[in-house]
Amino acid sequence: MVSLNQLVAVCLMYVAGLFIVAFAAERAALRGQGGWLLRSPLVYTLSLSIYCTAWTFYGAVGYAARSGLEYVTIYLGPSLVMIGWWWGLRRLVRIGRSHRVTSIADLISSRYGKSNTLAIVVTVMAVIGVTPYIALQLQSVILSLSIFAAADVPLAEAGGDVINRGQAALWVAAGLTLFTVLFGTRNLNVNERHHGVVIAIAVEAVVKLLALVAVGIYVIWGLAGGLSETLARIDASDIGQWEVQGSRWAALTVLSGAALLCLPRMFQVMVVENDDERQLQIASWAFPLYMMLMSLFVVPIAVVGLDLMPEGANPDLFVLSLPLSQGQNGLAMLSFLGGFSSATSMVIVATLALSTMVSNHIVMPIWLAFRRDGATQSGDVRNIVILARRLSIFCVVGLGYLYYRASGGSGALAAIGTISFGGVAQFLPAMLGGVLWRGATRAGALCGLGTGFVLWVFTMLLPSFGADVALSSATLESGLWGLAWLRPEALFGIAGIDPTVHAVVWSLALNTLVFVVVSLFSFPAPLERLQGAQFVNVFDHSGPARGWTASVAGSEDLMIMAQRILGATEAQAFFAREAERQGHGQRLPEPTPRFVQALERELAASVGAATAHAMVAQIVGGASVSVQDLLAVADESAQMLEYSSQLETKSRELTETAAQLRAANEKLTQLSLQKDSFLSQISHELRTPMTSIRSFSEILRDAPDLTDADKNRYATIIHSETIRLTRLLDDLLDLSVLENGQVTLNQREGNLRDLLDLAVTTAQAGATRPLEVLRDPQAEDITLTSDLDRLVQVFINLVTNARKYCAADQPQLVISPQVTAQGLVIDFVDNGHGIDAGSEALIFEKFSRITGEGDGAGLGLAICREIMCRLGGEISFLGNVPGTAFRVQLPQSVLAPPARDTGPAVGPVVGADTRS
Amino acid sequence: MSKLVVLVEDEVNIAEAIRFLLGQEGWRVETLANGSGAVEVIRKASPDLVMLDVMLPGKSGFEILDELRGDPAMETLPVLMLTARGQSRDRAMAEKAGVSRFMTKPFSNSEMLDAVRDLIAS
Repeated sequence: MVSLNQLVAVCLMYVAGLFIVAFAAERAALRGQGGWLLRSPLVYTLSLSIYCTAWTFYGAVGYAARSGLEYVTIYLGPSLVMIGWWWGLRRLVRIGRSHRVTSIADLISSRYGKSNTLAIVVTVMAVIGVTPYIALQLQSVILSLSIFAAADVPLAEAGGDVINRGQAALWVAAGLTLFTVLFGTRNLNVNERHHGVVIAIAVEAVVKLLALVAVGIYVIWGLAGGLSETLARIDASDIGQWEVQGSRWAALTVLSGAALLCLPRMFQVMVVENDDERQLQIASWAFPLYMMLMSLFVVPIAVVGLDLMPEGANPDLFVLSLPLSQGQNGLAMLSFLGGFSSATSMVIVATLALSTMVSNHIVMPIWLAFRRDGATQSGDVRNIVILARRLSIFCVVGLGYLYYRASGGSGALAAIGTISFGGVAQFLPAMLGGVLWRGATRAGALCGLGTGFVLWVFTMLLPSFGADVALSSATLESGLWGLAWLRPEALFGIAGIDPTVHAVVWSLALNTLVFVVVSLFSFPAPLERLQGAQFVNVFDHSGPARGWTASVAGSEDLMIMAQRILGATEAQAFFAREAERQGHGQRLPEPTPRFVQALERELAASVGAATAHAMVAQIVGGASVSVQDLLAVADESAQMLEYSSQLETKSRELTETAAQLRAANEKLTQLSLQKDSFLSQISHELRTPMTSIRSFSEILRDAPDLTDADKNRYATIIHSETIRLTRLLDDLLDLSVLENGQVTLNQREGNLRDLLDLAVTTAQAGATRPLEVLRDPQAEDITLTSDLDRLVQVFINLVTNARKYCAADQPQLVISPQVTAQGLVIDFVDNGHGIDAGSEALIFEKFSRITGEGDGAGLGLAICREIMCRLGGEISFLGNVPGTAFRVQLPQSVLAPPARDTGPAVGPVVGADTRS
Repeated sequence: MSKLVVLVEDEVNIAEAIRFLLGQEGWRVETLANGSGAVEVIRKASPDLVMLDVMLPGKSGFEILDELRGDPAMETLPVLMLTARGQSRDRAMAEKAGVSRFMTKPFSNSEMLDAVRDLIAS
């Protein structure tokens, strides 16, 4: 018989051995030795075997004894994932390495825009999901201890309870904590592999495999009497014929497959501790092989155990109790060490993973928030982080211990394992969606996780405590608040399903649905998009996402912060490396975006992406996503849709620009046409008088026998045509000045009567055909302020036009001024035949001569219009009166200082009443 | 029998100059200042040469030329076109309308007389 004391001694020796192995591995890694072993795919594969915890070591046999072959699902799911989804795992590992991910919470938070909220949610969920599992490991160790204790006859005779379970559990917990603290928080940088831990786990993996195989061999060839006998026994037992329930099989396979990806400890060994992607290649077949070996002897042990062990013996402990009952103490001891290994390795890694999450995502952000002065001003952050991590380890193991004490060590091992799997499986949609689907958003992930978690708690966790513990039996029977569709084991009234299947299907399905729907209807933040692109297309660009804009970050500040997190030597080495790469040897590197990004990544390996981001942001400040980053993302054709709004804007702008260009082009074309026609008309107007001048001057020169009268006459023609040319040029220049707005107005005060007097006199001078001008001197007595010379020019033009073009026998022009509310109105109406309706629009245009008569170039009215425009008034043609009528309007402002009252302002504006 | 030239020109001074120059050569000149009745006058007068201004009140020189060329009796009638708008486009239009000779104002008296002589001789 093995005494309990012997057992404890062996146990302690074993643990001491592990300590030595771990210590040696750490030393070797530090000196750069033994890389072949530390980085070997074999060690990686063996470390993955922490999937096989005490639950699988002991529980699988119990599971088989209770439910037959169903236990295979626990091995089947991970094997299928490893073999069938190798590329997906490789993707995860690549992301983990290139983004220096520290935990599954970090991965999810980093993917969804380094959101700390998400990290906290995942961390809390993981702690809640994994704590029972840790308790389970403690329970298994205590159970196995108690089996030995029960067999320890002298102790049993000594009396009563042979072992103080609570105390034993406490000691185990303390030992595990010590180990984890010693080897798990040795270096801060989680990404710098915990070689000691990994090696110790690998050793434990070998021990548990050896133990199980040894027990299996003993059972088959030692107890059952050979392979064929064993097979016969299996055939005879119930296990072989156990009815397989398809849906339960599928659900459990999915669940265990999901657990392989989502369990924090699996993520830790598979992604965080991974050194080389090629390790995964070996592991993809070696790990399933290990699992197969682990499961090979489960059924024989279960069958033989059921046969040989007394009724009521706990099938969970057949692996241990079977050899013990046969007096095989050595084998029993080995078996115990196997179970002990399974339990301890799981607790160590799980605690390591959870403590990293808790310290990075909960403790550090809170600490940072309290230290308002920022990361540069505070003390040694390094110590703080390590302290936080150690505290977290205490808390996590402590929680497991408390759960163990609270639950009283009840329940079958497998049941607790399944519940734990169900909890962490809720990460699956957010994680896979984040890695494979760029449309996944933070809001979607949060809602999906929340939904799945609530459903898991309600349908799986709470009912597992039994009726009236967490949920009243009334709730279990008739639903929450008496609502039948809220029954924990028959949601929405769909009853009759296995509770596990029910819980898994509902929680995962609704989790996924909510995740997808919310993602589709929510819009990702820029950083989220950037990270999404980096994650989903991790193989396309292994280069990190550029995050920081070139900024004012002081290199000194960054240095101080980096020293406090990375340690002085490492920080200086990193800065020196960066400075060298930037090409200025001894000095500090410039805070280029690339450098800050690299630094953030380096820090992320220690404190997690969200915290590192927050710390760097405190120093660098400001926005972290530049337009270039977004455009880089836009390069990918798959993302064209996402950027369609930008493109639409661009395209709209282009359309607008095109329209503007078209309009400008039209205008230019029109201007060009106007210019052509203007030049053509100028040409005509200039050539016409020049033709006469040239012709007559040639005649004068060449014709010998001209009479004096002829000579005189021809000279006169030349003279008058020259004047005509000069006038034309004057007009053109005048118009050009007016049109270009270069004219300076010479504001003067004067009396309208004087202005009209001057205009009429000038216009009538030298006229052969007199024009009778009818005026009203009283009404004309208006003082006005304007450029009077210009105004007179307009009047002269109008009077001259009337004189020239009025076709009446007795040409008359009526000039009638009126003061109206808008200002001064002066009408010029003659008794001619007016102007054709069609020509009205043209008369103010340049060179528009309605009749072919006269010697004007057709610029007069165009000049008048320009002048009136400059004076703030206007000139218009009145079409609805007999004769030709023009109206000159001047604004109110010309009448200030106030004009004398000139009688009623209202009245026939158009000069119907003529006064002499 | 002296030759008859019909001159359609609205600028009185230019018309007078041409009349004087052609008169010295011994030709008769019939002057019109308006385009609208020109075709009728030309048809009646059946001159040896028509001199046309382009910008005319009533009807443009091109229109008159078009109508003349449309009448079989006057298809071959020599037409000398004078214009103050010297662009090549106008020349092209005139040639398309079937002008015999095209001159830009201001012209040299001798060139004009040479052109008239050429056209009447042919």
